[in-house]
Amino acid sequence: MTTLVTTARRGTRASRTVGDVLFTALNTAGFVLVALICAYPFYYLVINSISANDVSALGNVRLWPTGLHLANFREVFSINGLSTAAAVTIARTVIGTSATVFASAFLGFMFTQERMWGRLFWYRFTVTTMYFSAGLIPVFIVMKNLGLTNNFLVYILPLVVQPFFIILVKTYVEGLPREMQEAAEVDGANIVQVFFRIYLPSMTPILATVAIFAAVAQWNSFQDTLIYVTDQSLYTLQYLLYMFINQASSLAQAAQNADGNIGLVASAATTQTPTSIRMTVSVIVVLPIIFIYPLFQRFFVKGIMLGAVKG
Amino acid sequence: MTAVQVRAPHAAPESTPPITGPRPSNPPRRKSMVMLLCIAPFLVLIFLFSYFPLFGWVYSLYDYKPALGLSGSEFVGLQWFQMLVSSPTQLAQIGQVLLNTLAISFLGIAASVLPLGFAVMLNEVKAPWFKNAVQTLTTLPNFISWVLVYVIAFSLFSSSGLVNDVLVDSGLVTAPLKFLDSDQHVWLSMAAWSVWKTLGWGAIIYLAAISGIDQSLYESARIDGAGRFQLMRYITVPQLMPTYIVLLLLSIANLLNNGMEQYYVFQNAFNKEHLQVLDLYVYNIGMTGNSLSLATAVGMLKSLVSVALLFAVNGIAKRVRGESIV
Repeated sequence: MTTLVTTARRGTRASRTVGDVLFTALNTAGFVLVALICAYPFYYLVINSISANDVSALGNVRLWPTGLHLANFREVFSINGLSTAAAVTIARTVIGTSATVFASAFLGFMFTQERMWGRLFWYRFTVTTMYFSAGLIPVFIVMKNLGLTNNFLVYILPLVVQPFFIILVKTYVEGLPREMQEAAEVDGANIVQVFFRIYLPSMTPILATVAIFAAVAQWNSFQDTLIYVTDQSLYTLQYLLYMFINQASSLAQAAQNADGNIGLVASAATTQTPTSIRMTVSVIVVLPIIFIYPLFQRFFVKGIMLGAVKG
Repeated sequence: MTAVQVRAPHAAPESTPPITGPRPSNPPRRKSMVMLLCIAPFLVLIFLFSYFPLFGWVYSLYDYKPALGLSGSEFVGLQWFQMLVSSPTQLAQIGQVLLNTLAISFLGIAASVLPLGFAVMLNEVKAPWFKNAVQTLTTLPNFISWVLVYVIAFSLFSSSGLVNDVLVDSGLVTAPLKFLDSDQHVWLSMAAWSVWKTLGWGAIIYLAAISGIDQSLYESARIDGAGRFQLMRYITVPQLMPTYIVLLLLSIANLLNNGMEQYYVFQNAFNKEHLQVLDLYVYNIGMTGNSLSLATAVGMLKSLVSVALLFAVNGIAKRVRGESIV
């Protein structure tokens, strides 16, 4: 692995004074502490989700898993609504991310086309929306009037156009050689062909950045379900997790009592405790992020730096 | 985002195609309209979700009842705006909400030196693998939702959570401490959770800036006999100041916008008084209290002040740095 943000080595031959050594030790210790504070909570969730439920319920799982109980993951999916929520979350992440990436790529490219009628105006029309919002209630009423409440499209349509991503892509395209387009046009390609055949393939790094940001946002989104959705079949994992934690006690009863059927959090004769359910669902929610994000880290560090150049 | 490059909309392409090439089949004018048509669907989305809702500000002049629609609702003029400042109770409530908003924002601004310090210190770490590990682990919390942050907070800090278990087991306290269901230090704990979530991520931009510092500055300083701390103090930190100031100004422009998700998931009957920020207040009175018009009025005032702040901050940036930041 290469350093994420490379800084030049310097002063390796500098005299190692006592103060220097002390500083290095303290600095390293400080970062170990900060890294632990950031990482331990995730580890805590994982070891609790795979430990015996009665032990984890007592809060006795602190350093390593006790009494391995992997069945938690299977059992949790038998809770009503959880597999639906997982499907909705996966669907919105895949569809929403694709739509956002496509729109960002296309608009970012089109806004570099000086021949487009009123280009500067439309570019500003788009970018200005970053800086104001009509507010929660007017937006809610518009969504309602458009029939987007209790509609899967509310997870997709409002997030298609995101000015920040468009700026990132536009900056990137401006750095590509202009001659690519001219050559293709001489060969008779129209603007759509130029975009798909010539520019899209060379945008991969910046689109990877946009994709990971958009996907994380989709996966993590909670507020839109809260505001626009009351239909249980459209609940997302985050929303369900929030409900689970708020209904901790009633949930325990529901899970342990095979007949208990209070709304979403129903049935399944299991050994589930509120703790085990919370931990297991949390792990299901966070695992994709933990796995995917180190792979993409290189990309979005570059992406944010590109954004920083403009910001 | 620096100012958009200013170019005449109809300016000719930077280099015209060679004259010997085939003539374009369409007249240029038509071609430029076709390009606009290509992006038109997206422009419609922008209009629908960003500009069209602005008309909704008229709801603040009505006693809007969703069942009746706007035409059936009563026009009440500025009644809602007057109501915000009418009674001492109302005034106290909105004052408290504003105080919470500003307090949490200012704590956030005070904490904005932390990512800078983090980056400067991390830059002093020599081993690349250690640097990498620290960066990976500390940026992780930035990528989880506030709901998950709350789950973590709950498992660690609730009365039956890990921290209280450890404290009670070790005999340091006799009864579990109320970290989450208490009204004490709410602003601080909210700011602390924000720091936990964003510290590592916030440092990335400074690390990037550090990698861009001219190495000859360090070399000449070292020749002049500067030690490690002097290099940090007189070169690294001053070189990061422009980045810091841009981010600082942006956070000032966002003084009133601290979002609602964090506060929504952390709110409960005990901490609500000091945790309710403007965005959450609008949600609470509008969506759960059903005072749609009052919530619109509050949201509208907030938006207007925010835009004004943005312009003010941008103006300052222009004067001080000679370039705008938005």
